[in-house]
Amino acid sequence: MSGGYFDAASAEPLHPAGRSALISALDSAWADPARLYGAARSARLELDRARARVAAVLGVRADEVAFTTSGTQAAHLGILGSLRSRRRVGRHLVVSAVEHSSVLHAAEAHERDGGETTVVGVDETGRVDPAEFAAALRPDTALACLQSANHEVGTLQPVAEAAEACRAAKIPLLVDAAQSIGRTPVPDGWSLLTASAHKWGGPPGVGVLVVRKGTRWRSPMPDDEREGRRVPGFENVPAIVGAAAALEAFAADMSEEAARLSELVTMIRERVPATVPDVQVVGDPVRRLPHLVTFSCLYVEGEALLTELDRLGFAVSSGSSCTADTLRPSHVLEAMGVITHGNVRVSLPRGAEPSAVERFLAVLPDAVARLRAAAGVTGA
Amino acid sequence: MRFRGRSRKDEAPPQDTVPPPPAAPPGATPPLLVIDALGRKCPIPIIMLAERIREIPVGQIIAVLADDPAAHTDIPAWCRMKSQEFVWEETLPQGGWGFHVRRSY
Ligand SMILES: Cc1ncc(COP(=O)(O)O)c(C=O)c1O
Repeated sequence: MSGGYFDAASAEPLHPAGRSALISALDSAWADPARLYGAARSARLELDRARARVAAVLGVRADEVAFTTSGTQAAHLGILGSLRSRRRVGRHLVVSAVEHSSVLHAAEAHERDGGETTVVGVDETGRVDPAEFAAALRPDTALACLQSANHEVGTLQPVAEAAEACRAAKIPLLVDAAQSIGRTPVPDGWSLLTASAHKWGGPPGVGVLVVRKGTRWRSPMPDDEREGRRVPGFENVPAIVGAAAALEAFAADMSEEAARLSELVTMIRERVPATVPDVQVVGDPVRRLPHLVTFSCLYVEGEALLTELDRLGFAVSSGSSCTADTLRPSHVLEAMGVITHGNVRVSLPRGAEPSAVERFLAVLPDAVARLRAAAGVTGA
Repeated sequence: MRFRGRSRKDEAPPQDTVPPPPAAPPGATPPLLVIDALGRKCPIPIIMLAERIREIPVGQIIAVLADDPAAHTDIPAWCRMKSQEFVWEETLPQGGWGFHVRRSY
């Protein structure tokens, strides 16, 4: 029997609705949406319609939505543009310790530029304490960032409480919602939001940056007219059209599919510790993304386990791939204070078959046992 | 900020960013067994610890010398998972750390 694709958190397979919209837009929306002739006006129309559809799913105004080339670019522009616009208030930035690398790298760029960053830690489940987050806000804080859900362990963050604290302190909150958009309700109360289309079954190369009306923002990049002066460069209109169609369809599917995937995840969370010795399932068991579960197997190298599972036909990922260019363990697992080696992240795409999950659960114990035996572990 | 991400090889070694080491706790028991896992990548230091802790009597200390930054998280996490007692950690002059663990059962 074949294996399964369980790495939706890296990339959700293209949704059929996104695929057909993308293909037809390649023929109908290739022209420059900034020009005035017929083909250009069609491209502009399709771009505007895509913006309106994404805005409707997110519950925001269309003119608050800008399309970027990735979730990473959305985070970079959102953070650096917000900081730039609030320089007079101060140069202090607050982020959680478990943000995506795109957020933390933007914070590093801010520090290299003379700014200051406070990193708010997490508990053993990977969750930020909202009181600690609120306490990190200062009169000179220009921006605070909190993800909606963690990409490595699936834990949902207390965005509503963080938003309330930020509102009281008149500090904008940026929410990186890349892992949750289309899967769980869009949070409230933020000033900026970022997301990524390939996480919801849209084509790769499309991200979203939402800046709410009344939020100050100034581009950190050289001037450009595109995307309401927020994102430089010629828009990939066909991909954006595909992303919008995929988001609508994916979010509609998830109103039922999320609960089904969540049950499969519950099954994995229960079965893995029962069948694999010395394993720890990490992340919040309840306040979590519906489709994602992560566990760590003691005494096994993450990379080796991924390779073995790939040989068996299963695509999963790991926060602990210690390859030559990633000398540090996962910053998320490190911040949680849990085992950083032998880590496996399973994230189920839409339509994941229970039988495929069963097969995965059936082959996992032997795969782990083989690697442990090869490493000379005698059953500690 | 401590994030060095999935760091590049040319970055400063992570030891530089670790806060000053705690002094040995007053009255700390010296280790009965010291295992050298310097230069070994995780999970090897943990495998060595799990194998060799059985060689010391309950209540005694084993020290693991390691320089893979992952050991920094993994040894205390292993102790929590296996209900062993993580006692303290020292920073070694030659780089890396010594992790002191008391066998509790
Ligand atoms: C939480 C989170 N933020 C941001 C990103 C970046 O998105 P992209 O892959 O589109 O650059 C990702 C993707 O892994 C993510 O999981």
